[in-house]
Amino acid sequence: MALTGVEIFKLLPKTNCKKCGFPTCLAFAMKLAQRQASLDACPDVSEEAKKILGEASAPPIRPITFGTGEKAVKMGEETVLFRHEKKFVNPNAFVLEIKDTEDDATVDSKLNDVLTSEINRVGQLLRIDGICITNESGDAGKLQSLAERIAQKAPEVAVMVNTENPDAADAALKPFSGKNPILYGITEANAEKMVEIAKANKAIAGIKAQGLEAAAALTEKVKGLGLEDIVIDSGARTASEILEHNTYIRRAALKKNFKPLGYPVINFVQRDEPMYEALVAGLGVCKYASIVVMSSAEKWKNLALFTLRQNIYTDPQVPMQVEQKIYKIGEPTPDSPLLITTNFSLTYFIVSGEVENSKVPAYLAVMDCEGLSVLTAWAAGKFTGSKIANFIKESGIENEIKHRELIIPGYVAILSGAIEEKLEGWKVTVGPREANALPAFLRQKVA
Amino acid sequence: MAFAEPKEAFPGQVVPVTIGSEIQETFGGENTLPFHKFEGSVPNRPLIAYEIQDVPPEDWPETVRKVYEGVSDDPVKWARYCEDELKARSIALRLVGTHPDSKNLSADDAATVVKGVLDAVKVPIIIMGSNHVEKDAEVLPRVAEVAKGRNCIIGKAQEKNYKTIAAAAMANDHKLIAMSELDINLSKQLNILLTQMGFSREKIITDPMCSALGYGLEYTYSVMERIRLAALAQNDEVMQPPMLGDVGMYVWKIKETQAPEDVLPEWGSLEERGILWEAMTATSLMLAGAELLIMRHPRAVEYTERFIDELM
Repeated sequence: MALTGVEIFKLLPKTNCKKCGFPTCLAFAMKLAQRQASLDACPDVSEEAKKILGEASAPPIRPITFGTGEKAVKMGEETVLFRHEKKFVNPNAFVLEIKDTEDDATVDSKLNDVLTSEINRVGQLLRIDGICITNESGDAGKLQSLAERIAQKAPEVAVMVNTENPDAADAALKPFSGKNPILYGITEANAEKMVEIAKANKAIAGIKAQGLEAAAALTEKVKGLGLEDIVIDSGARTASEILEHNTYIRRAALKKNFKPLGYPVINFVQRDEPMYEALVAGLGVCKYASIVVMSSAEKWKNLALFTLRQNIYTDPQVPMQVEQKIYKIGEPTPDSPLLITTNFSLTYFIVSGEVENSKVPAYLAVMDCEGLSVLTAWAAGKFTGSKIANFIKESGIENEIKHRELIIPGYVAILSGAIEEKLEGWKVTVGPREANALPAFLRQKVA
Repeated sequence: MAFAEPKEAFPGQVVPVTIGSEIQETFGGENTLPFHKFEGSVPNRPLIAYEIQDVPPEDWPETVRKVYEGVSDDPVKWARYCEDELKARSIALRLVGTHPDSKNLSADDAATVVKGVLDAVKVPIIIMGSNHVEKDAEVLPRVAEVAKGRNCIIGKAQEKNYKTIAAAAMANDHKLIAMSELDINLSKQLNILLTQMGFSREKIITDPMCSALGYGLEYTYSVMERIRLAALAQNDEVMQPPMLGDVGMYVWKIKETQAPEDVLPEWGSLEERGILWEAMTATSLMLAGAELLIMRHPRAVEYTERFIDELM
């Protein structure tokens, strides 16, 4: 938990020297508490105070970057338990497991799944973010050759090495040295050696514990050995354990400021069936996982999981918007109807869904109203006759359709005169007030 | 630093609701967040009802329509198939054919269908109108009467028609779905209006309005989480009814459950995609607080049940 201004004040020199730029130490303390100033501005602060304040001001869940370059994944820094309170900050990584017992064809096919996983959804590029190479064989040489194959064929993908054997870890991490890999498999028994190897390869420490108490003890140990970039596996494997452990870890970090669990969480959700695995992975997405390790990456499964992650990590305070443009629904012809609505994503999804339901091919003009719904946009003066007229003219739709009829939402029937006035040669038709009446309306229109 | 499990106990509790007569099912009743049995009591598993309708499901996409080929032309056969073959724990009959833009079937037609289905199966039944405010107010009171004694769920009552529908549910001893549109305050207001007319809060199922994965799921998810926190943490009695996720009808109309793989190869198998879409919408909403789910595809139901098993 962050310190209050008064608690911080007690740790300051109380000289009111003004060197920090604030009139008094108390004023400076208040700014520090609000994170609007940095302790560096005080030249006389004691080392002890620096240590206490430094720890107190660190985010409750440590920020960690997995991988490098454009596709690096930021994790941690979460601030809430429920997404309506504040945006969930860093979307989890999806990681595909490849075992060193799998034959070359399987390895290549899985690699291909990762490399071709990228999908564009509502303007975001989504993909399988990493690969977990698992030392299933127990043989250091096998893990090393798998690591080399992957480093060569998928050089940009973030990698997590999964072994408890320090020799295998050392050999397999080398190809990823400096690329922010994760060395997963650090236990109470092997911590000293493994942390040395992780440090030598600039890797993140992936601890493998049985239970939360053991996990907390192990992160302290790893930190004591000089590595602070840590990700936690608490040993949770069943859905019920995942929910329990992830909830306790997030709560302990945020509500109790319990530092030993203030790290991103890995969940291993491998199941025999991809469809079922997807549901357990979805639990990780909804409930606080930063890394979700899976055994397959089918395209249909990826699409559902990427979409879920996008939904859960959307900022609840910023209306989600869709791009302003004329959307084609079905395969419209120059005679197909043209409808207009605003770019609030929910409005768009509902209206386009109902137009699709009607099975009547149509053009849907979606106008940028800063993500407001129809009535709100109208009330805010963003969905007006002249703005609609401008949008329609500039959209170029006049070159694509033969008719000049625009269907507007029933709630803004009042706009029809204004639009007709500004949009010469056009006829405005008032559509239904609710989207669910669109199928009947459209079917009747083209009948 | 020693670790202590940061358990949380809540003053409030979700109302347990029991439906059905000969065979009964109970859902709700927990005094903790969804599936948090590590810190509270979760006495009942969520209930999944198979959706059937009074007219053939011509607008359902192929993936889910084909499952019911040969039975979906007749609601009685369809209901029996769900109970006997699919081992449905509950069935949700939607009277879409009564909608003026559909077949505009009358309240009497609907009553005949409802009677047929009730006579054919023993599991608890949910009876829903076509979501046409005026027509539902006409149809639902008639079918509530026909279903008297079976302890069904009737719905959906909305702000504009709740009086008639709630009165019918009350007179015939049914439970009631109270639906509002994605707003915790509207949801609370409707529940207050219902209790003010003498309808017991213990017979309400709150429907905060469903949305499909990718199509506003985050709104339903967060409204559900907020309703649940109000029920548990603030002990707000009107927010304590269990919640409905009317999943199937929202999922099986979106592009992801309809676009063929040859058109969108990057989306993969249409069959698997559609089924996963329904299952994942259901499981996510359960994690947010839904205890009653209405679903369509048997495989989606099967995977969702398995997920519940692993969490219970």
